[in-house]
Amino acid sequence: MAQNMTADAAHAHDEHHESPVVFGFWLYLMTDCIIFGTLFAVFAVLRDQFAGGPTGHEVFELSGVGIETAILLFSSITYGFGMIAAHENKVSTMRTWLGVTFLLGLGFLFMEIREFSHMIAEGNGPDRSAFLSAFFTLVGTHGLHVTCGLLWMAVLLFQTAGKTELNERMVGKLTCLSLFWHFLDIVWICVFTFVYLMGVL
Amino acid sequence: MADHISSSGESHGSVGSYVTGFVLAVILTVAAFGLVMSHAMSPSATGGAIALLAVVQIVVHLIYFLHMNGSSEQRWNVMAFAFTVLSVLVLVAGTMFIMHDTSINMMSR
Repeated sequence: MAQNMTADAAHAHDEHHESPVVFGFWLYLMTDCIIFGTLFAVFAVLRDQFAGGPTGHEVFELSGVGIETAILLFSSITYGFGMIAAHENKVSTMRTWLGVTFLLGLGFLFMEIREFSHMIAEGNGPDRSAFLSAFFTLVGTHGLHVTCGLLWMAVLLFQTAGKTELNERMVGKLTCLSLFWHFLDIVWICVFTFVYLMGVL
Repeated sequence: MADHISSSGESHGSVGSYVTGFVLAVILTVAAFGLVMSHAMSPSATGGAIALLAVVQIVVHLIYFLHMNGSSEQRWNVMAFAFTVLSVLVLVAGTMFIMHDTSINMMSR
């Protein structure tokens, strides 16, 4: 291992992903997993409790969900390209990809808020039935995470403005946000499968 | 990049690995939506199939986007993840089992 590192002295900066900060952030993500696991368990229990209100079939629009899914998937790969640029110390390329990711995230959030307000306007808000309470809590928590991710992304864009190179600490921050962003996409896989698709079966 | 496949290389991915993961994810997502929208199978069979597709897609994302692998430096990440998966499985399956049993005994459905 040590010999390897001297041989690859030029790539010494590649070792930073082992930093305790990134591992600590990984552990935080694991606890976030438990939160979402709990909310999915709640949804699984309450998914048939319509209280005379609408079923998933009546309130879910799969075309909108498909577009949201596509947006999140695209934002995952654009963030990935941003990370590749960050590891190559190409700051402006990284910032461009991060900007694209930010806009995609904003688009996702816009669609989700539109869907929620549409449902609430029709009287199908979280107070309508246990099914809808569980739905709004689960999907809303995911949306809240996306909002936090966007705020974080805006802060990193601000912090890297005008920089010509990235120090190890900044790459660590970008790595943590990349884990967070990809993790949210994984949660969304479960949301569109177990909430939306199974809800319209 | 590609020439640096040592113990730590690749762990932050390359354009190729991201594109591979993206294409796989798109195929799996389209398959899940297609199965539900086409009504090709019975509801219960469709449910099982899309659950399986979701699990496969999660694994794809973990490998290609979160760069999980079996290398020694990732051991603690993988162990923490395995423990979390176990906890979530106990949590979800246990909750569903208990609540189902309760509602049957209470004759609420």
